[in-house]
Amino acid sequence: MKHFLLATALVLSAPAAMACETVTIGDLTVEHAWSKVTIGAGRPGVFYVEIKNTGTSDDALVGIATPAAGMPMLHETVVQDGIASMPHAMSIPVPAGQSVQLAPGGYHGMLMGLTTALKEGDSFPVTLSFEKAGEVTVNVVVLSLRAEGPDCADAGQ
Amino acid sequence: MLGVGAFRTRNRPSRSEVLPVPIGQMTWTLTDHQGRLVRPSDWAGRPVMVFFGFTWCPDVCPTTLSDISLWLEELGADANRLIVALISVDPERDTPDVLADYVSNFDPRIMGLTGPADEVAQAAADFRATYRRVAKDAGDYTMDHTAGVFLFHPDGRLASIIDFHEDRRFAVPKIRRTLS
Ligand SMILES: [Cu+2]
Repeated sequence: MKHFLLATALVLSAPAAMACETVTIGDLTVEHAWSKVTIGAGRPGVFYVEIKNTGTSDDALVGIATPAAGMPMLHETVVQDGIASMPHAMSIPVPAGQSVQLAPGGYHGMLMGLTTALKEGDSFPVTLSFEKAGEVTVNVVVLSLRAEGPDCADAGQ
Repeated sequence: MLGVGAFRTRNRPSRSEVLPVPIGQMTWTLTDHQGRLVRPSDWAGRPVMVFFGFTWCPDVCPTTLSDISLWLEELGADANRLIVALISVDPERDTPDVLADYVSNFDPRIMGLTGPADEVAQAAADFRATYRRVAKDAGDYTMDHTAGVFLFHPDGRLASIIDFHEDRRFAVPKIRRTLS
């Protein structure tokens, strides 16, 4: 009985725990990877994550790849003269000793050509390519359209 | 001062220099997410909150709608008289049904509005909002659009604009000023 309860709890908390998972590569720490529900597969999905550089040399996020989307891209939401646009970000700087957030209203991964609609509680892998540190894969949890980020004890939101 | 935009020509220098005309002087006719026709005169005597967006937008629009939902929850029943509308700048893809699906993810007081391209253009002109289609690969496109949230007093005068990156703590007091 005890084991059964434990197993149930693990399954239920799996998505949240996944978003709170921390992955490291070299001096980079990648965590709080999440996405939002999409209405159908026609609309693009979004990818948010937090990257910390604890090292002494600058790095940069230069691309993302995922089996969940045919054309994933890095974007930056820019509001200029009150008008929002989303230019392609060729490279997102991750300076030494600093952390960078891909977060609502700023840098984000844009997941175009979704293979399937993203549903709340789903998860999918995204591989981040860094200029120096190389590639690292994180699990991305899909939260509601209203979510502002994963609920992690240490989340920086 | 607030009415000044109504007498300007359409060759305006930049959006930041002109403000929306009062609701009572607007001339658009749009359709809400339940298929009903909506005209500015339907909003007479009610405070109004309007913003422009589109449902294919994965970042700015859901973020704005989430913020608005939080503001409405904080205001509670006080905001029940407030008209809250998302006007789609992508009517080609945002049919009333699509908008219904989309707004169901947020506070139920938020309505979606869409319509023929010329009526959406008229609404944007009345609000002094801007939008433009940006081509992407493979015939796909996205829209650049005015990101601010427009607030109007019950008599239709512009009350204020909540900017996209503005601290959200300032938003609720701004909305409250239109409710009394
Ligand atoms: Cu984007």
